[in-house]
Amino acid sequence: MIISIASGKGGTGKTTIATSLALSLNKSIQFLDCDVEEPDAHIFLKPKIESKKTVSIPVPQVDEVRCNFCGKCAQVCAYNAIAVVKPVRIPKNEKEIKNRNSSTTADESSNKAKGKVLIFPELCHGCGGCKLLCPEKAITEVDKDIGLIEFGESKGIQFIHGKLNIGEALSPPLIRAVKEYINPTRTVIIDVPPGTSCPVIEAVKGSDYCILVTEPTPFGLNDLILAVEVLKKLGIPFGVVINRADIGDKKVERYCQDSNIPVLMHIPFDKEIAIAYSMGIPIIEAKSKYIQEFGRLFEKIVDR
Amino acid sequence: MIISGKGGTGKTVIAASFAALAKNKVMADCDVDAADLHLLLHPEVLERHDFKGGKKAVIDRERCSECGKCEEVCRFNAIENFVVDTISCEGCGVCSHICPEDAIKMEENLSGEWFISRTKYGSLVHAKLGIAEENSGKLVTVVRQNAKLIAEREKKDFIIIDGPPGIGCPVIASLTGVDLALVVTEPTLSGIHDLERVCKVAHHFGVKTYVCINKYDLNLENSKTIEKYCLDSNIEIGEKIPFDQSVTDALVRGVPVVEMSNNKVTRKIENLWNRVEKNL
Repeated sequence: MIISIASGKGGTGKTTIATSLALSLNKSIQFLDCDVEEPDAHIFLKPKIESKKTVSIPVPQVDEVRCNFCGKCAQVCAYNAIAVVKPVRIPKNEKEIKNRNSSTTADESSNKAKGKVLIFPELCHGCGGCKLLCPEKAITEVDKDIGLIEFGESKGIQFIHGKLNIGEALSPPLIRAVKEYINPTRTVIIDVPPGTSCPVIEAVKGSDYCILVTEPTPFGLNDLILAVEVLKKLGIPFGVVINRADIGDKKVERYCQDSNIPVLMHIPFDKEIAIAYSMGIPIIEAKSKYIQEFGRLFEKIVDR
Repeated sequence: MIISGKGGTGKTVIAASFAALAKNKVMADCDVDAADLHLLLHPEVLERHDFKGGKKAVIDRERCSECGKCEEVCRFNAIENFVVDTISCEGCGVCSHICPEDAIKMEENLSGEWFISRTKYGSLVHAKLGIAEENSGKLVTVVRQNAKLIAEREKKDFIIIDGPPGIGCPVIASLTGVDLALVVTEPTLSGIHDLERVCKVAHHFGVKTYVCINKYDLNLENSKTIEKYCLDSNIEIGEKIPFDQSVTDALVRGVPVVEMSNNKVTRKIENLWNRVEKNL
């Protein structure tokens, strides 16, 4: 079973819930931290990292000897990651202009070197279109590292997380790479990044169930509604955990009731939990009564 | 520009407060996939525009000879049994170029909306990314460009940007070319970890950073760690803001917290804005 923990709004307690759930279950667990931009689950699970693997995407490289600067690659690239500067015959001086007609052929070959193909790897999605469609077969692909996957173990939990390289824009390929290691024989828990766009979709896709963590504030409600729409579109069943359940208003509760969304758990604001969190201590270690509560949360998901 | 790396540290609360404090500015909400600033600024929408973020492949089943070439070339596993999974499709168009029957068209995809609005604190440019859509970086760029146009037209000195969490594409799109990135962090190990990563990203793009520790009294030791990190990295700390229930109260009432008197944070945020302004 694959359970993902998502939220829409950041900082509502995804990682707190995900790590404590993983630690509470008496099962063989695999934990994937797919918040590859800011992976934090390791702070709570403290895994012993046993191995690492770099993840790369293929980006084009142009053989400028073969290239005739036709511009096809730039034309097919949907991400503007290639620009072709065509070789333009620029007369060098007046004399040349005068002799233009007679010297055309000789000049053409020398000016061809003025053509240039510019590649912007940070815009490339690695679709391979340019390579496939280059009529001169002048494009090959080279690997560009975008991040790292680390594998480890913590209290019987198999731990895997992705870490996006600094300055890298595209996290979905790294999330995809992390998810390739899903072990279906285990109970898989996925920590999802905040938001509602592509990285979130990549991370929750294929889950059997999604826990949405929210807080009872207007921000929490607004972003919960967005996250609910995403999950409905993806057809993933879900329920809500209300964290810091007593701090704001009752609108999240009412929304869930009106929309028939199960509220799986309430966690009241507790300074002890907040301080434990700040030190990287999971809820269940700060307050052991939560072990049973997370056990019940899991049963609710299984029994639904 | 206000960023944080980690979500939920208080970016929007600070951004809304700056909206109330700063004179002569345009606001931009660049957290386009979970925009919240409007909940505190209550914009009156003046202009509404469609955002066409990218294209999606559409297969004409009448023309399709089911040769399977498209499936073979698609690197995003977005085509199965001659049907395009629009969520996985990244709009690269390779399938449509390669299709021998010319049966695949790339169709423009309405992937969100953006707005120019009036608020009691001035103009706001904001957006709403469609559900399960991509290209949030592009939408961020649209929001920023329009905020800039308005700032030029209205002769405003500042653009205050509420940024998205994380360090990826929408953050990079928000960061490029800003004068100062105010990083809002919290004294938790996660906050520190994410602060370091987001500061590195800002430096990578040559953007000066300034740090604000929110809820600093939650863990004084961690706050000291942040101060030390900032000192070592030559980053100035603008202000330390204490934990205060009034922040949540203001949120529930839908107003910037600095509009509420008698609390521990208003003065601190005022100081922060004054220092940020001096740094610009």
